[in-house]
Amino acid sequence: MIRGADIVVKSLIEENSEYIFGYPGGAIMPVYDALYDYSDQIKHVLTRHEQGAIHAAQGYARVSGKVGVVLVTSGPGATNLITGLADALIDSTPLVCITGQVAAHLLGSDAFQETDVVGLSMPGTKWNIQVRSVEEIAPAIAKAFHIAKTGRPGPVLVDITKNAQIEFGEFNYAPCLSVRSFRPYVKINEKAVADAATLINTAKQPYVLFGQGVVLANAEAELKAFLDKTGIPAASTLLGSGALPQDHPSYVGKLGMHGNYAPNLLTNQCDVLIAVGMRFDDRVTGDLKRYAKQAKVIHLELDPSEIDKNVKTTVAIQGDCKVSLALLTEAVQSNSHPEWMQRFRELENEEKLAVMTNDLHATQGGLHMGEVIRLINQFKEEDAVLVTDVGQHQMIAWRYFDYKTTRTQVTSGGLGTMGFALPAALGAQLYDYKRQVVCVVGDGGIQMTIQELGTIMQTKAPVKVVLLNNNYLGMVRQWQQLFFDKRYSFTELENPDFIKIAEAYSFKARKVTEREDLEASVAEMLLHQGPYFLEVVVEKEDNVFPMIATGCSVEEVRLS
Amino acid sequence: MNRYTILVYTENFIGILNRITIIFTRRGINIDALTASESRLDGIHKITIEVTVTEEQIIQLTKQIEKVVDVIKAYCFKDEEVVYQEIALYKVPIESLDPGLEKVIRQFNAHIIAAEKEFVVIEFTGHKEDTQALLEILKPFNLLEFSRSGRVAIAKPKFSVQEYLNNQT
Repeated sequence: MIRGADIVVKSLIEENSEYIFGYPGGAIMPVYDALYDYSDQIKHVLTRHEQGAIHAAQGYARVSGKVGVVLVTSGPGATNLITGLADALIDSTPLVCITGQVAAHLLGSDAFQETDVVGLSMPGTKWNIQVRSVEEIAPAIAKAFHIAKTGRPGPVLVDITKNAQIEFGEFNYAPCLSVRSFRPYVKINEKAVADAATLINTAKQPYVLFGQGVVLANAEAELKAFLDKTGIPAASTLLGSGALPQDHPSYVGKLGMHGNYAPNLLTNQCDVLIAVGMRFDDRVTGDLKRYAKQAKVIHLELDPSEIDKNVKTTVAIQGDCKVSLALLTEAVQSNSHPEWMQRFRELENEEKLAVMTNDLHATQGGLHMGEVIRLINQFKEEDAVLVTDVGQHQMIAWRYFDYKTTRTQVTSGGLGTMGFALPAALGAQLYDYKRQVVCVVGDGGIQMTIQELGTIMQTKAPVKVVLLNNNYLGMVRQWQQLFFDKRYSFTELENPDFIKIAEAYSFKARKVTEREDLEASVAEMLLHQGPYFLEVVVEKEDNVFPMIATGCSVEEVRLS
Repeated sequence: MNRYTILVYTENFIGILNRITIIFTRRGINIDALTASESRLDGIHKITIEVTVTEEQIIQLTKQIEKVVDVIKAYCFKDEEVVYQEIALYKVPIESLDPGLEKVIRQFNAHIIAAEKEFVVIEFTGHKEDTQALLEILKPFNLLEFSRSGRVAIAKPKFSVQEYLNNQT
């Protein structure tokens, strides 16, 4: 017989968890006490805030494909997870979050640090459960891991009362292999595959949109094989970036509000639209009433609730896209679409002239964010991970980063969580100390979770932090400029001396204000062995283009 | 907008009702009526939800409900695809018992199911339109209290949750 607290830790070890990201407190103390005995089998990372813990677990999960584990106390410890839960749910990130809870006899009594975590987290979790006795602990954790990683991944939460952690019970861990009410994988409908193949074979201007579903299904090779055979132009969503190397001949760019010109504009000129593992987010579609109305739509998607949700399909292929892409590749004819592809290349040149050249190679005026990303590309390793926060820097970094391998893109896509990047970069780095992790942040977002510099210091994770500082909440300021008559309402920041802060946390730090110093600084950062903090002071009022304004159609994408 | 009945088969899991109702809350959709009870199958609960929405909404709602991990299966039906009933109870003061009331009870084929010193309780089952009609008639009889259940429903199209479960393994 062992304590419930030991069962918690041993269950996590049984699930091959490498890291726990957490923060102790009263109602989880027995588990922390148990952890003391298992430090040779599982590593714990003490973040500086519970939000930091969950974002770090997200970063870890996104680059590793494994389940991220979070351990926090009841009450405020648990409520501080809510943003991360909502973020992980909408971005399909597998997490198991364990929260301590007051003893079962105190539930509902407004006890110290008691809060209804199960109720609070319900809309932000794929599944959650409260455990009130020792014998429920291992089965609940086993089920939690199964649900988090199976089907469309997502965050789950297990709330464990203090009495259950203290009670003694038997430990016989049985992994959960199936849940009768939860069967996410269905057999691929062969007729749907045949119908889709017919549409694709007869299409004049077919077009592939791929999203994170390809990465989550480990279907990168299947996507590449499909594109190799069909020669269809393919564009990526924000979270799909990296699923296809950007130098692949079919790759034509990025979709969405600040994506590339051609991929947005030509959405309304294709005749067959093949969406793979993406959910037609409003930032991708713009005005739905004027989105790809001319096209027959094929949707390869695991989650049935995404099919026909925003865009009505002609042929839906429900199921694991690793399987359906392979079947579809077999069923289609070899083909090429040189003239259609040429349209993308022509418009790409327009974008280069109108936007990219100045973004990337400006010679006068303030520094552009794009220049920094260009230099990162120049000096980075091939499989470097790009972690970004939310805002202008996120869109610029995404637009210009050279994605060569999968699982190199970590950002808050669906929820748009400022403060995500710094802890997420820590989590991504801990998965592999040897891999380059570049964390690009803005001066607004970094200050939402800046305390996690302390966790990076303590773990010695060699994260490269690139702060693109314009002393503004830049994306909001851009909107104020374009749509609110330049009324810059509460978007200008008086910032601290970031270099002093970084140095206080033992980072090697450097600030760049002049163009001629930039290249050497970026090179120095990427060659540096330990944590590095590079602040680049950029043009104060720069805007991100192309842009599809809210309510506009994809074909109204503007270059300035 | 149409009136639909959603039949939801779930595991008997704490919080499952909340998980289902927040799907409606999030979309600003009002649940007209809801009934939950054990189903024919051991350990499986059946929730009957009545809702007035568009066809597009009902498809999306049903998919979202079925996405809930502890939901086994959810089906949606138009009114004409289900046999459904609601039960209503009416509390009337004893003084109102006169030949007029007797005639109403006969006409509706309603029942007096309890008689106390000061009041009687009349029970009547039917569709909402029927129970509502009786309510209007009973109001002038100094109706003291009224209570109506959500609908319980049996689908006309043939389906079997048991069969569905068997096919899954």
